[in-house]
Amino acid sequence: MLILAAKRLTSMILIMLVVSFILFSLFETDKMAVAGKVLGPYSSVEQREIWLDNNGYNQPFITRYFTWVGNALTGDFGQSLQYKVPVSELLADRLANTGILALVFFTLLIPLSLTLGVLAGMKEGSLQDRTISIASVLSTSVPEFATATFLTGLFVYTWDILPGTSSMTGGFDWKQLVLPVLVLLIYDFGYVTRMTRASMAEVMTSQYIRTAVLKGLPYKRVIMKHALRNALIAPFTVIVLQLNWLLSGLVVVEVFFAYKGFGTLLLDAALFGDIFVIEACVMVAVFIAVFSQFISDLGYTLLNPRIRFD
Amino acid sequence: MSEEVQTDDNVQSQRVVGATIPQDVIPPRESGWKRSFKSLALMRESPIGMLGLFLVSFWVIMAVLAPILPLYGPNEILVPLQKIGAAAPDGGTFWLGTDHKGRDILSRIIWGAQKVLIWATFATFVAYVFGMLMGVIAGYLGGWADEIVSFIANVFLSFPFIILCIIIVATLGASGWTIVVAVTFASAPQIMRIVRGLVLDLKTRDYIFAAQTRGESPLYIMLVELLPNARGPLIVDACLRLGYTTVAIATLGFLGLGLPPPDPDWGLMIKEAVPLGSFAGHSMYLPAAALASLILGFNLLADGLREVSLRD
Repeated sequence: MLILAAKRLTSMILIMLVVSFILFSLFETDKMAVAGKVLGPYSSVEQREIWLDNNGYNQPFITRYFTWVGNALTGDFGQSLQYKVPVSELLADRLANTGILALVFFTLLIPLSLTLGVLAGMKEGSLQDRTISIASVLSTSVPEFATATFLTGLFVYTWDILPGTSSMTGGFDWKQLVLPVLVLLIYDFGYVTRMTRASMAEVMTSQYIRTAVLKGLPYKRVIMKHALRNALIAPFTVIVLQLNWLLSGLVVVEVFFAYKGFGTLLLDAALFGDIFVIEACVMVAVFIAVFSQFISDLGYTLLNPRIRFD
Repeated sequence: MSEEVQTDDNVQSQRVVGATIPQDVIPPRESGWKRSFKSLALMRESPIGMLGLFLVSFWVIMAVLAPILPLYGPNEILVPLQKIGAAAPDGGTFWLGTDHKGRDILSRIIWGAQKVLIWATFATFVAYVFGMLMGVIAGYLGGWADEIVSFIANVFLSFPFIILCIIIVATLGASGWTIVVAVTFASAPQIMRIVRGLVLDLKTRDYIFAAQTRGESPLYIMLVELLPNARGPLIVDACLRLGYTTVAIATLGFLGLGLPPPDPDWGLMIKEAVPLGSFAGHSMYLPAAALASLILGFNLLADGLREVSLRD
């Protein structure tokens, strides 16, 4: 177990290093361009040279890279070109907002999709199974911003019961969270439900469930005590890995509803050319993705005693 | 599932043996076109697949017919914010109304379909070329080649899909070609994983040993023996992936990083129409519905294909 954890941790760090190197060489190889971005398009060559000298850009590329990694590890990603504040402050603020959105989303997603998945998988091929399966295929097939368009049309323009933007300018308002969370839920619940359903259906055909049914246990008890335990191992992995997908979805949903989170920060930075913010955002996103992979691998091994690694 | 693989194996080995048996002993193989048509006809057994096929063919036909349909130009500025079915000043009809700039929505949706289908197909194709090459190299050669290719794939898989697309488009500037690059970087590693898995299974088959014994080069075995035999699951995946690519292109358009305006782009049409939704709902619902139906079509078609391919 420890060996597995160590192995996965090493590969995680290696991937982070490679990603950071790619990012750094993508955005900071041309140092004159960096100086131009920081000082503005009308700065003179002399000004840029002085800035480069003062900020240690005249050192060799590799030295610069390692300095950058060192700074990044201590949370120093430089200053945002667009907002003129340290990137770390900006990022912490936006990540907290996205965290709230993600938290609400997960607390609703997990019970909803597990329940639906178990209900569908309990009796394979039954009417409730087919209804749930078709609903999950349909909802997953519609991209987030198309769902968002339909929901905005209904709830904001036709019925006028929810706000259409979630910028939270007048303080925190739970009403503004409803639509973003709903859009994410509709798009994401189908996948987890399908995985739970498959896992549940497989467990239901196993010998020990048949034994439990045949020895006369109440059906409810067979499901709750015997089937669920084994059926919920696979969905656990899927839910944790969902974080990687969620990040993509978050960008779209946050931009659609103008929610001041991590996704809008990244997109604004990309459109503005705010390189230090882009670097920081991408490193955070990749870290979340890789770390969730790590957790899901470990969790799967812990939960499933049949899996052993050498 | 395992039985399925077994029968497939038998058919394959018969075909290899068939080369040495006189032609009249086994019936001649039907042409590739005829067999593709037959497998398409099998889709009739899957209602879900038929619905998907219908939706996808509808948009493909619209896209192909775009130049000859009696439409207004997609960028032609006529009368702004007309309702569905309003009469045009030249005696024609705005069947789906016009947008805030006065452009005919029907025309923009159909030309937008053409654009998104062309770029999605092309980008998926390029991603497949790279993904299949990487996968077959990693799977067949194994060892160091596998380690290196798999590591590169893992690096790119650790980026969330849209975020990878955003940084690539942000660095290279928005254009169709950039989208192709972005989709290739984001999809090829996933394709590589699938192909690698298939190849690991296929490379223990007899016909691969036969080819190795004949002294064929690894390149020949990879391209002629392995890839064609991995095609079944790959066709299903390609269909799904065309859907993902379409979503990616539309999403980038929506985020303002897509194909440059003024040419119609479904994602950009939605983005521009949403703020006007209170008085021009149709200009936001219609492109969203078009996009949703095309993606649904790809997904259902893939489901149908999977169902049919697992059946016999």
